[in-house]
Amino acid sequence: MVSVDGTDIPGSLIRVRHLNKQYRRGSETIDVLQGLNLDVGAGEFVAFMGPSGSGKTTLLNLLGGLDVPTSGSVTVDGDEITSMSARRLSSWRARHVGFIFQMYNLIPVLTAAQNVELPLLLTRLGAARRRQQVATALALVGLSDRAKHYPRQLSGGQEQRVAIARAIVADPTFLLCDEPTGDLDRKSGDEILDLLSALSRDHGKTVLIVTHDPRAAERADVVLHLDKGVLVHDPATEPVA
Amino acid sequence: MRFLPLILRNFRRKKTRTILTVGSIAVALFLYGLLVTIDSALSAGVDVAGADRLVVRNRISLILPLPLSYQERLRQIPHCIEVTHASWFGGNYQDPRNFFPQFAIDTETWRKVFPEFAVPDDQWQAFVDDREGAISGRGTAERFGWKVGDRIPLQAPIWGGTWEFNLRGIYDGTRPGDDTSVMWLHWKYLDERRPWGKGVIGWYTIRIDDPANAVEVAEAADARFANSPFETSTETEKAFATGFARQIGNIRLLVVSIGAVVMFTLLLVTGATMASAVRERVPELGVLKTVGFADTGVLALVLAESVLLALVGGGLGLGLAKLFTLRGDPTGGMLPVFFLGGQRIALGLALAVAVGLLAGAAPAVGAMRLRIVDALRRV
Ligand SMILES: Nc1ncnc2c1ncn2[C@@H]1O[C@H](COP(=O)(O)OP(=O)(O)O)[C@@H](O)[C@H]1O
Ligand SMILES: [Mg+2]
Repeated sequence: MVSVDGTDIPGSLIRVRHLNKQYRRGSETIDVLQGLNLDVGAGEFVAFMGPSGSGKTTLLNLLGGLDVPTSGSVTVDGDEITSMSARRLSSWRARHVGFIFQMYNLIPVLTAAQNVELPLLLTRLGAARRRQQVATALALVGLSDRAKHYPRQLSGGQEQRVAIARAIVADPTFLLCDEPTGDLDRKSGDEILDLLSALSRDHGKTVLIVTHDPRAAERADVVLHLDKGVLVHDPATEPVA
Repeated sequence: MRFLPLILRNFRRKKTRTILTVGSIAVALFLYGLLVTIDSALSAGVDVAGADRLVVRNRISLILPLPLSYQERLRQIPHCIEVTHASWFGGNYQDPRNFFPQFAIDTETWRKVFPEFAVPDDQWQAFVDDREGAISGRGTAERFGWKVGDRIPLQAPIWGGTWEFNLRGIYDGTRPGDDTSVMWLHWKYLDERRPWGKGVIGWYTIRIDDPANAVEVAEAADARFANSPFETSTETEKAFATGFARQIGNIRLLVVSIGAVVMFTLLLVTGATMASAVRERVPELGVLKTVGFADTGVLALVLAESVLLALVGGGLGLGLAKLFTLRGDPTGGMLPVFFLGGQRIALGLALAVAVGLLAGAAPAVGAMRLRIVDALRRV
């Protein structure tokens, strides 16, 4: 279940209340998020849409603890991340969030396998266990045969699949994807979306995706629009009351 | 350890830059290695000089002589155990560039004053019994491939002509810094055969009963010969050796100032490398933080990279310097104790680490302070 009007839903994984985010540029302040509420149940596949500059990335960054809001709270699985210290927040991120970006953001001097391994370096797993988990993640995204390749030796779609493997390798609570198909051709984009829906459907992952792509929205359980700093349901998927 | 590949891979980003940086660190520490070797070679005499020995020389100059008669008069001073003397022979073997020192010594007292030089008793006796005999230090004997029994011709520019000596023995030092470049000859033979300057010696060395009496004995010696045609200047062997090193120039000051300039330049080079390394990697540092690396973790990664760079370069430079010193004294005898010790290598590595830490500090703090959202926006 997903709600945007501030009503509690039973067993919600993510709960956002009265979220405000202002940016200051010189003397000017921009109110990007204005009292935004959101509740997302575990296992949901949620798409965020909205015009460029409407604050989608800002919202995702706040949900993933990459940035702090001007006011309001974000609670994930009972932890209020908006009140955590920077240090606690980074270890919280390591355990609970997998990020996927439009530009893949792989480290060019590391192989696919080493890129995927990065989050595991922060765990207590030994080298053998890490290797095993990396192999599993790469298999899941269909890139077992590319483990030793460097990012520049991969296509855009393959790079994004490596990024997905990196996001899921430590088995996070939820995935945040910021326009993951924005830089890909139609076919590669479809493959990425297939992968993300499979993660949600077959592995019960909670997936939040920012997208401009209507085909991405089609696969989501719920589509939300960011409009004037708050979220509203998409009329097409608005559940009949 | 698990982060090591992450650090090492960064060296591959710009290979030329890595090579240039490692190369300049290597050159700097090679230079450091040579400078400290020269410095310790020049002060080697100082380090092994005995505190229980005094050197008595002509007050006006080391190159002016003293009368032989002073030996008996010095012996009468309380706390003197033995008095020996030596004179500079100043010979050349084959080529004037093959410099090594020769001392014409008093064979009756020499070993009592310098017990640290070890010669087999039979060799010593053979030397004593042969007016034209000589004993060479191990260093010089090996340098010229001499064996006991060889006849060694020395040109003597001071005394004229070529003098031939029979090598009767080889002495060893018993401590690492002992000078084994000297050749001992008979003073009696020198005095007999030289055409002028008879009856004088170069300098006296006194062995005293206790270093605590050094000042008292020195003052008594100089007082005894005050107002004579040959006034003396007496000091501990250590002070004498230091003064000798000082004549060559204030090498230590030179070493320290060259070293400081080199290290400062190195700091700038390495600092610039690390600064641009971090600058071009901003989005990636953002990614590391995104996946959960703490700010301090990112700081440590950048510092580790900088220190590793400095250690690789430093190790290379010091290794080359060590190899260079293993080939022996490059000046052909001016620096008999040419040795790069473990302590000085360790100090060099410590310097390299310090350069790495200092050069990496500002970029590392920059990387630590980087906010994820700003870093990722720069993609
Ligand atoms: N660090 C920042 N400083 C100032 N303004 C920012 C910053 N980040 C985002 N903004 C502004 O906030 C608004 C929302 O940005 P963003 O969340 O990136 O939008 P979207 O992802 O929907 O395109 C934009 O007007 C953008 O210019
Ligand atoms: Mg955006």
